Amino acid sequence: MIRFLVSRFVQGVVVILAVITITFTLSQMVPGGAIRNERNVSEETKKAQEEYFGLNKPWIVRLGLTLKHYVTLDLPDSYHYKGRGVDEIIASGFPVSATVGIAALVIALGIGVPLGAIAALRPNTLEDRGSTLVATLGICTPSMVLGPLIAMLFGLKLRWFNVAGWFDSTDWVLPALTLGVIYSAYIARLARGSLRETLAQEFIRTARAKGAGETSVVFLHAMKLASLPVLNFLGPAAAGLLTGSFIVETIFQLPGLGQFFIAAATNGDHQLTIAISTFYAALIVSFNLLVDILQALLNPRIRLHA
Amino acid sequence: MQWLVRILILIAAVAGIAWFHQVRTHRPTRVEEANRKGILLLGNGTEPATLDPQLASGQPEHMIFHSIFEGLIAPAAGNPDGDAPGAAESWTHDGTFTTWTFKLQPQGRWSDGSPVTTADFLFAYQRILSPKLGADYATMLYPLLNAEAYHSGKLKDFTQVGVKALDDHTLQVTLTGPAPYLPSMLKHYSWFPVPKHVIEKHGKIDDRGNTRWTRPGNMVCNGTFRLKSWLVNQNVEVERNPHYWDAASVKLNGIVFLPIVSDTTEERAFLDGQLHATLTMPLAKIPVYREKKSPFFHSDPLLSVYFYRCNVTRKPFDDVNVRRALALAIDRESITRNILRAGQKPATGLTPPGTLADYHTPDVMRFDPAEAKRLLAAAGYPDGEGFPVFDILINTSEAHRTLAEAVQAMWKKHLNIPVRVLNQDWGVNLDSQRKLDYDVCRAAWVGDYLDPSTFLAMWQTGDGNNNTGWSSPRYDQLISQSFREGDAAKRLQILKEAETLMLNEAPVLPVYWYTHSYLMRPEVKGLLPSLLEHRCYKAVELKP
Repeated sequence: MIRFLVSRFVQGVVVILAVITITFTLSQMVPGGAIRNERNVSEETKKAQEEYFGLNKPWIVRLGLTLKHYVTLDLPDSYHYKGRGVDEIIASGFPVSATVGIAALVIALGIGVPLGAIAALRPNTLEDRGSTLVATLGICTPSMVLGPLIAMLFGLKLRWFNVAGWFDSTDWVLPALTLGVIYSAYIARLARGSLRETLAQEFIRTARAKGAGETSVVFLHAMKLASLPVLNFLGPAAAGLLTGSFIVETIFQLPGLGQFFIAAATNGDHQLTIAISTFYAALIVSFNLLVDILQALLNPRIRLHA
Repeated sequence: MQWLVRILILIAAVAGIAWFHQVRTHRPTRVEEANRKGILLLGNGTEPATLDPQLASGQPEHMIFHSIFEGLIAPAAGNPDGDAPGAAESWTHDGTFTTWTFKLQPQGRWSDGSPVTTADFLFAYQRILSPKLGADYATMLYPLLNAEAYHSGKLKDFTQVGVKALDDHTLQVTLTGPAPYLPSMLKHYSWFPVPKHVIEKHGKIDDRGNTRWTRPGNMVCNGTFRLKSWLVNQNVEVERNPHYWDAASVKLNGIVFLPIVSDTTEERAFLDGQLHATLTMPLAKIPVYREKKSPFFHSDPLLSVYFYRCNVTRKPFDDVNVRRALALAIDRESITRNILRAGQKPATGLTPPGTLADYHTPDVMRFDPAEAKRLLAAAGYPDGEGFPVFDILINTSEAHRTLAEAVQAMWKKHLNIPVRVLNQDWGVNLDSQRKLDYDVCRAAWVGDYLDPSTFLAMWQTGDGNNNTGWSSPRYDQLISQSFREGDAAKRLQILKEAETLMLNEAPVLPVYWYTHSYLMRPEVKGLLPSLLEHRCYKAVELKP
């Protein structure tokens, strides 16, 4: 177990350094440059700005400097938000994205798992068809459609929640609902498939033969195994939810990470792009590790080897 | 018994929802609360990149700076494009608009109570012109004598630059030539003072990274309001500045600027009672609000022009007849009436109407397909025959595409020439324009001060904003003559001649003059239209 963890940690560090290098290299290939002004600025200004950000150095030196920033955890300033460290920006955006993300995850599981379970327990009935229909609709509806609909209904029509902003204690509800409903559709589909498969297996028949009740068969025996594919999906999905969805954050005007991620790309703010990509990579690596450990705990047939 | 429990649960659920509905729908909106507190809530586009007026270059920052800083001359309460005393109580010039003397407000104070003196202005101008600071808007100060030499590093001694402190409260500004438009220019934030004592406390004069002084708690400013809080991507809040020299006439207690990127979100927030006024609104909704005659809808002219650049270094755009043919085949009236529909005006020239009462923009651009056809034939392409396929380059946006497609259709119909529309991401698009890597390219220009020169000087040979490859010795001569002419009427005559010459050569094809469409609640009084989007916040009040 310890050897496994150490080996995965080392792998994770390599992955993150690779992400930094690749993002840096890609950002160098982006046409348009890091300093973009609609108006022409004087040569002196251009030179001063390039010098300040070290853009006048050869790219290999800059790559070295970028890696050094991350290895020593002394993160650079954003190009666009003057004098603001990229770590400061992540620290301000992440809690917002994470709050909405966790709430969305709970909503997604709360809707998705029961929906999938109902469909799996009553295959080919009206309940199954109905929940499959709902799940398919959820998968097909993009957040840019669902978000404004939810904002119109619960915000402008019913006036239960604010349609935008991050001021009241209830401002997480509508964005979390939007994200949650969409993710719940995926979870419902996965849960239905895996639970149906599990229920058809031999050990379930054995459990039933031993006289176990239906509730105990489903919840004690089947669910444990059936949750594995859902768990697999949840790792990367949780990382995605926690770092925020650009679309949902824009629709509801949340000061989260997602908005910064896109703004960084359009502003040519490569420092911020690299920082958020790295942060995202670190989250995915950690969640995948967490999922591996959870899977081993749930399924005795899985052993963790380095 | 079980049915009874079920019914009870059902009743409880319905009652719960009814109670929730009652509570939630009876809470005051943010606007209602703000009205009570005298706080103005404004949509403000994107998150400001900085609150340092010498490092900024964007519109959201501009809107905030007018609340927390004040230049020598301020926007007037009744007309924000007019001039009123700001940090200076009075000003005079030498009769040729070249040497100006400003008397600072004797009661002028920074928000920490220390006096605003000429030393702060000297420091500010030295800072923005320091080559190492790398200020985007340093060129705005080039009318100052020797400013360009100091900024380019050729001159090391700042005392040689045309700004002098005659005493603590008398500032003398010497320009390279006559500039009757200086008062309007001084209202641009690049000319605002910055607090010497605070910036020096946090770092060096020319250090770009020295932005700590703009953070809440550190920030010291001289405007009507002072910075209260700055939550990244959430809001910038300013409150009354008790040390402001004219604090008695300030009516609001504060302003909250909200960065709302999406115009549809901004509109929803407005309808939800979260904003007093939006910065913009969805283009598609403008005709709807107009037709409904909504009391919220406002549309004001702006000092801004939408145009197409022609790359005159490429064939066939090097031929003036081709460029004029393209210009004459655009039906601007139809574009503003049928596509834009927000009250924009067809651009018959470059300088927007209203820039100066005494300046009449030459009416050169018109729609004349017959003449366009004749010119194209004269250029060697009768009925478009043999005309090479070319691209209209736009930066990625649905609005630019729609307009480009309309122009494409007009050129096809009237000139029978093959045109494509090519879009590029903003940064790439700017790069293509600089490198002259395009055929025809969409662009826009926003004036910085009320004078035709803000639209005309850029077309001189080699100007960094020309980006067409066009050059005319006569034009260059006229522009530089205008910068030396001390007689205001003669000066405008020269500029008009220059603009006429340029429009006839058509290196750029003006399409329309912008309007600013937005939503504002009727209780907001005194937030008046301005061509330059200048705001006199001290005149604003809330009367629900």
